[in-house]
Amino acid sequence: MILAYPVFCASGGVSRQVPCASDEENNLMVKRDESSELLRELVAHLRQNRTQLREEWVGRISETRLLTAMTKEEIFAEATSVYDSYVEALETETFEALQAYARNLSERIIPRGVETHEVVGIVLLLRDVLARSLFAKYQTDFKKLNRILDAYEPAANRIANTVAVGFVQERERVIRQQQEAIRELSTPVLQVRERLLILPIIGVIDPQRARQLTEQLLRGIRTNRAKVVVIDITGVAAMDVTVANHLVQTVEASRLLGATVIVTGLSPEIAQTLVTIGVDLGKMNTVGDLQGGIEQAERLLGYKVMALAETS
Amino acid sequence: MEVPILKQGQVLIATFQAALSDADLNQLRSALVQQVVRFRSRAVIVDVTAMDVMDSFASRTLREIAHMIRLRGAETVIVGIQPEVAFAMVQLGLTLEGVATALDLEEGLAYLNQKFKIMK
Repeated sequence: MILAYPVFCASGGVSRQVPCASDEENNLMVKRDESSELLRELVAHLRQNRTQLREEWVGRISETRLLTAMTKEEIFAEATSVYDSYVEALETETFEALQAYARNLSERIIPRGVETHEVVGIVLLLRDVLARSLFAKYQTDFKKLNRILDAYEPAANRIANTVAVGFVQERERVIRQQQEAIRELSTPVLQVRERLLILPIIGVIDPQRARQLTEQLLRGIRTNRAKVVVIDITGVAAMDVTVANHLVQTVEASRLLGATVIVTGLSPEIAQTLVTIGVDLGKMNTVGDLQGGIEQAERLLGYKVMALAETS
Repeated sequence: MEVPILKQGQVLIATFQAALSDADLNQLRSALVQQVVRFRSRAVIVDVTAMDVMDSFASRTLREIAHMIRLRGAETVIVGIQPEVAFAMVQLGLTLEGVATALDLEEGLAYLNQKFKIMK
């Protein structure tokens, strides 16, 4: 039968009405009580066999060649604290402490080159080691084993999840930080002579960096009153079609500001890309290397560079 | 708003004071094309420093002005395109190909003086 109306219990002197717990909810509560009792038993078991299980776990870790970046002693020390936080998380069923520990651990081990699969691997190994010990302990009482596993598995999975997510988040944070740093040292616009700028570009250009580059260049042309700009892309191995198009647009936009752009140091791959997208070569002024580019720029500006005297 | 056209020696200078309507642009075009012959000018400088937006009509009109003036025997230099405007124009494919450009009025005049010197 489906209860159409909520039934309210009278609750002492307080006039507030509280919905009655239905039978089903009561059942659930009993189950939850039982499961936390089982968890308590489980935790006691894990505490008792701490030394042995921990050693077994460390053994399994080195067996499967995880965490090769760390020494045996370090692994043992980390394993001890991971084990303790693991048991604590099982006991309290709160994951904040574990989360903080996972983040802290990740912070320490990411710079040493520990990979995601290793961290996930060791946590799953610990889960397996503990499950095995439970099998061994309750092998005579299959029903109890079942119930213990019912309590253990969700908690263990959540722990594995928490640690993995913590690790990945920390990693992403590091990556974001590095991206930020790269962006900051990105693109200098340098004046080498009156009215001559160079823009050396090194590394990979993504669309965002390309946009930033264009902005800085156009602004640089205006503030330095440049007539010629040499863009040196010797340090760029390859660029995709979008970025190549962007480069061509930058050249054209510079021309609209009255500056001539000379592009130097095109790698064969970039040359190929530019040909593929069908750049109008009349608009693009390209020279093999930076020296040649600067020489041509000086010619355009009417400079003539010569040695003062023959040195003997 | 009409665009004033100043005569400076052999050069006519038209300076945009604000964003222009399409009608103003058309008016500027016919005025320039007439005056370039009347004053026997050798060049026209169009200063667009004050334009912070350039739509496709304005950009097309500028190109038309340049081409018409060439047919009338003079040269055009567009000066003072803002960096943001320049990039927006290029992205829209409005590159003013075949039209001389310079950073500002001073640069435009320097460019023309150099050119006249060579032609002399």
